Amino acid sequence: MKILVCVKRVPAPGARINITADEQAVDTAFLGFTTSPHEECALEAAVQLVEAGGGEVTVLTLGPAEAEEQLRYAASVGATNAVLLATDGSDWDPQRTARAITKAVVDLEAADGPFDLILFGNESADSGGFQVGIRVAHALGRPMVNGAKGINVADGMAEVWREADAGREVYRLQLPAVVGVKEGINLPRYPTMKGRLASKKVQVATTRPTADPGGQQMVRLRAPAEQASKTVVLGSGVDAAPAVVDLLESLGVLK
Amino acid sequence: MILAVIEHDRGSIAAAAFEGVTAAARLAAQHDDTVEALTIGESADALVEDLAKYGVDAVHQAHHDLLGDYGPEAWGEVVAQAVDRLHPTAVVATGTDRGNEILAQAAARLDVPMIANCIEFTLGDTFDVTRVRWGGSLLEHARVDASPVLFTVAHHAIDARPAQSAGAAEPRPFNPELDPSLARTVVADRVERVAGITLSTAPVVVGGGRGVGSAEGFASLQELAELLGGVVGCSRAVTNNGWRNHTDQVGQTGTRIAPDVYFACGISGAIQHWVGAMASKNIVAINTDPNANMV
Ligand SMILES: Cc1cc2nc3c(=O)[nH]c(=O)nc-3n(C[C@H](O)[C@H](O)[C@H](O)COP(=O)(O)OP(=O)(O)OC[C@H]3O[C@@H](n4cnc5c(N)ncnc54)[C@H](O)[C@@H]3O)c2cc1C
Ligand SMILES: Nc1ncnc2c1ncn2[C@@H]1O[C@H](COP(=O)(O)O)[C@@H](O)[C@H]1O
Repeated sequence: MKILVCVKRVPAPGARINITADEQAVDTAFLGFTTSPHEECALEAAVQLVEAGGGEVTVLTLGPAEAEEQLRYAASVGATNAVLLATDGSDWDPQRTARAITKAVVDLEAADGPFDLILFGNESADSGGFQVGIRVAHALGRPMVNGAKGINVADGMAEVWREADAGREVYRLQLPAVVGVKEGINLPRYPTMKGRLASKKVQVATTRPTADPGGQQMVRLRAPAEQASKTVVLGSGVDAAPAVVDLLESLGVLK
Repeated sequence: MILAVIEHDRGSIAAAAFEGVTAAARLAAQHDDTVEALTIGESADALVEDLAKYGVDAVHQAHHDLLGDYGPEAWGEVVAQAVDRLHPTAVVATGTDRGNEILAQAAARLDVPMIANCIEFTLGDTFDVTRVRWGGSLLEHARVDASPVLFTVAHHAIDARPAQSAGAAEPRPFNPELDPSLARTVVADRVERVAGITLSTAPVVVGGGRGVGSAEGFASLQELAELLGGVVGCSRAVTNNGWRNHTDQVGQTGTRIAPDVYFACGISGAIQHWVGAMASKNIVAINTDPNANMV
């Protein structure tokens, strides 16, 4: 089975998100980078499926040259092929991103045969458009279900389930299919030393994508208004207990 | 005309759906425009009166054999055909998992933008929105050049509000032409949920982070939660360590909570955690670091 996983390089902010002076980007001067948790889980799901049923995992990202870091990380936890669609690092809108990824998939499949499964995250961590995977699936004419909390593959079918208000929904998709994954579907592994060494040798196939922009254009970013809140120090250690009990009584949660 | 796409599950309307209808009414008010709704599947026919209360003039009722249960592709195709035939200036749904999925499916078919999770919106020469990024920790102003405009309104961003003077809504049949292959993503099976309090609705959440130290450390949090009629929550550091299940995770990629009291034990309060907890009415933070963000 051949599986493609699409991941996006995003900053990993801590206590707050700072914005650059021109309000066009997150200030990443003091930040590390990561992939969205949903996408890390998509990758882990792909690696587990291949471990169980054979095949290989390809990881693809569209982003700046530095996104090679996320591809190597993916290789260190089990991806065998890496594809970088290198941009100048500017924010690509969802339609444009989907067009570029679709084209890359078509090219990759023409060269090496079809992917049985293409996995996305449910939404990207930084822009949260909830759509790139759906657009790619539609362009390729493949079935797509987002928000997966479980994937099993057998006999050319992917059984996918997800949580909804009323309970679990189960979908049965004929391969080739596309699935958007949510964090919680599995617990992603950490790279082993062997994995790290192997990832250094993986060839990153790099191309410069071209795709027309879509109709959504970012004007600027801003921080949400801070919520007004009041902090009271109730005490330290067990000495705080009576004050906590008083508070809970006043809030009516002690029954 | 502004078209509101109504999320329902085999006929039971999602409470969140009224937020999208309210957003549609707000947008319509900017231009003295009308609001119409689209319900998908026969099971939703009874929703006309509920929708009328929110100022909907007409309800387009899509009927087809393929619409007995939810299916992202079939529903997206119905919305796309409604756009082609009814020519709305904007199409809106609530930014729930399904709401975003349906509109993204429709937008893919129409090859137009879909703007997810907006909190403010003005329709002029262009469509100007403020939308949430990073699960709510960051806002983006965006300009959209498209016709029609497809967008979702962030869940909980606006309160659902019935219209002040609402008349009756006229049901209108809408018969989409659906390719049988769209059955491929219709729900095939279900496992219904057992009733009980959930993290998102619990009045008390006892949350633990890395500072709890181990899976065993959660025993006392569990006990406190049970005593207070609440549930246990946790940070991503905890799920990553395998101490708790991801179903307990609070935050951007976990659950959003809104309890009366949130106990945050050994949680630093990273922004991705905070966005999931900030709707808590009171927070009792227990932390060895007085400068922790949670404190
Ligand atoms: C895209 C993205 C999405 C994310 N989504 C989520 C999400 O949904 N939910 C989430 O939680 N995180 C999320 N994260 C991770 C987040 O950035 C933090 O890494 C995580 O929340 C930290 O968990 P923590 O507070 O338990 O651990 P830490 O940050 O390590 O904090 C531990 C705290 O415990 C305190 N402590 C230590 N010992 C004690 C003691 N004995 N008694 C009391 N206090 C003690 C410390 O002072 C510290 O404040 C996400 C990250 C990214 C990049
Ligand atoms: N620049 C990118 N490179 C690779 N994959 C991406 C990129 N942007 C989005 N994706 C994928 O599409 C999913 C949905 O993204 P979005 O529509 O932005 O929420 C993400 O979880 C990723 O799997």
